[in-house]
Amino acid sequence: MSAEHPERDRTPDDVPAAEAAEAAEAPAAGQPERPAGTPGDPAPAEAAAPARRRRRRDPLAAVLIGVLTLLLGFAFAVQVRSTDTDTQLAGAREEDLVRILDDLTAQQDRLRQEIADQRSALDQLGSSDSDSAVALQEARERAEALSILNGSVAAQGEGMTMTIRDPATGITSSVLLTAIQELRGAGAETMQVDQVRIGVSSAVTGTPGNLAIDGQQLQAPYVFQVIGSSQDMATAMSIPGGVVSTVGGRGGSVDIVQSDRVVVDALRPLDAPQYAAPDSGN
Amino acid sequence: MIPILGLAIGVVLGLLLDPSVPLWLQPYLPIAVVAALDAVFGGVRARFDRIFDAKVFVVSFVSNVVVAGLIVFLGDQLGVGAQLSTAVVVVLGIRIFGNAAAIRRHLFRA
Repeated sequence: MSAEHPERDRTPDDVPAAEAAEAAEAPAAGQPERPAGTPGDPAPAEAAAPARRRRRRDPLAAVLIGVLTLLLGFAFAVQVRSTDTDTQLAGAREEDLVRILDDLTAQQDRLRQEIADQRSALDQLGSSDSDSAVALQEARERAEALSILNGSVAAQGEGMTMTIRDPATGITSSVLLTAIQELRGAGAETMQVDQVRIGVSSAVTGTPGNLAIDGQQLQAPYVFQVIGSSQDMATAMSIPGGVVSTVGGRGGSVDIVQSDRVVVDALRPLDAPQYAAPDSGN
Repeated sequence: MIPILGLAIGVVLGLLLDPSVPLWLQPYLPIAVVAALDAVFGGVRARFDRIFDAKVFVVSFVSNVVVAGLIVFLGDQLGVGAQLSTAVVVVLGIRIFGNAAAIRRHLFRA
């Protein structure tokens, strides 16, 4: 488009071919040889009249061309500008925008959910602040009860001291085991035998005169210190066929001293469970 | 000379005024620009072939823009606007290439 005015000067030659412009435009694109032939040849000279008509229309055409190209330049610049500034969203199509909106909505929902979770956790923490003292107290009490049961702390309270003498070395492990079980059955809460604390897994082993509990040797007389209802336990020991009569039948004797305060101060090592683990479910 | 002046003034105006493209026009403006570019290249090529006609140029310019916009609009109505605008750009791009090749042959004889 380098020159409009030269083009006008040449119009007389060009005009007849101009009618064929539209037809010639398309096929020429694919044929390299044809354009190469044309430029040199001036068009036929039979077109004086149409040329004049076209010249008269020239100002209007020039204005139109100018306006159109100006519009093109304007639109081009604007489009380039807007592509620069509004990077993505402005030019995106409806379906893309819907997808982006969906993504954002989903993300918003997730974040909302997270906020709600955090808030409820915060509320819980705030309210449990006051509860925690009670819970701690409860847990402490439970821990104390458990540690008395499993023998990891010393205990004191109402109970009795029972001494089994064995001058004839006739007391077998089963007699001691029966005594322990009878005491438990009568409500003994915790006990020790000759400085050995009795726990849930305690075992009485050995032969008469050479007895052991949990592997620790016992020396006759065997002294039971038991915490529990002393009256019930004393009764349980003395029933016919009970511990007192069994020991008597084997040449031994039993002394029972009830007391308001018995101290059980032997400790059992706390054995960590190898297989069992706490279950979080209630 | 007029088209070059028009283009230059238009670009300068567009850069200076920096108007925001109205929302309804945003999908069509780039297509319209490409279609108009195709018309301009066709005009340049006709000019080199010495068959340039202002009427043909104006009509092809306007009709190119309108038809391209219509195709994209139709595609948007049918839900394939993105694909159709791609198709329009591809077709117009091929035409621009063809016209540019013809212009090149005139300019460099090669």
